[in-house]
Amino acid sequence: MPFDRLVQAMDEWAAANPTVPVEIQIGRGAYEPRHAKWLRLMPVAEYRARVEGARLFVAHAGMGSIIAAIEAGKPLLMLPRLQAMGEHNTDHQLATAVNVGNRPGLHVAGDADDLKMRASALLADTGTPPAPIERFADPAFTARIRAFIES
Amino acid sequence: MAKPKRILAIASGGGHFVQLLRLRPAWAGHDVSYATVHADMAAEVAPARLMTFRDVSRADWWRLPLTLFDIAIILLRVRPQVIVTTGALPPLLALALVKPFGVRTLWVDSIANSEVLSGSGGHAGKVASQVVTQWPHLAQPGVDCWGSVL
Repeated sequence: MPFDRLVQAMDEWAAANPTVPVEIQIGRGAYEPRHAKWLRLMPVAEYRARVEGARLFVAHAGMGSIIAAIEAGKPLLMLPRLQAMGEHNTDHQLATAVNVGNRPGLHVAGDADDLKMRASALLADTGTPPAPIERFADPAFTARIRAFIES
Repeated sequence: MAKPKRILAIASGGGHFVQLLRLRPAWAGHDVSYATVHADMAAEVAPARLMTFRDVSRADWWRLPLTLFDIAIILLRVRPQVIVTTGALPPLLALALVKPFGVRTLWVDSIANSEVLSGSGGHAGKVASQVVTQWPHLAQPGVDCWGSVL
């Protein structure tokens, strides 16, 4: 689903910070950035390389983005999608922001203005990056699933 | 190890499939096929095979017949003995389709559902052999918590 609020906010941030390269993946969004570089959808391998190479990763509060940031050890600034604005089917990203976003290296913005402010602050001082994690889930968890598969 | 089983590991795009990939050790050594919405995930799971289906959600419900068709084809090709999914709606259709055939099915509700089970997860209890949540406080009769992908 489109997330024009995030795209437009970061495009405005890019206009105010012309020396910082900003690239935005906009999906099916209607708003096309005028200042930042942009594209619709990049292949997953390229996406991973971009997250690893970035100084700051800005995204929605989706688990794909969160896991990508943690696996890459990159600070993540996120803006939760809101149901009332047609950005998702439910408000579960608000819950994700509260319950998962409290990990070190993950940062949550309240709205578009807060996002721009925090992007500037985090570029000046990224703080603690996310603690590196293993590539796979806790072995105790996957062992229970294996037991289910083999029973 | 037990005799290898035919496993279908299936999830929608984005975070759902990323969570599924983090569970891979659970079926290492078995004959696994993957299914998701983006074909470029094939590189992630090779040499295992990856099939794709057209996505559907409550927001674009009219696409349901297309998804149902793709899911049916995937089930016929894989003929799974076990299905593991991390959501969302399309895999729920797969679980519903195989229910009469005694396939063992596991629904792992997305970690993104930290305050209530997902919409599809709420229905999964009717079709899955087992439903698990990744949040201990969401465990309830019929819904266990075995751990989380993080």
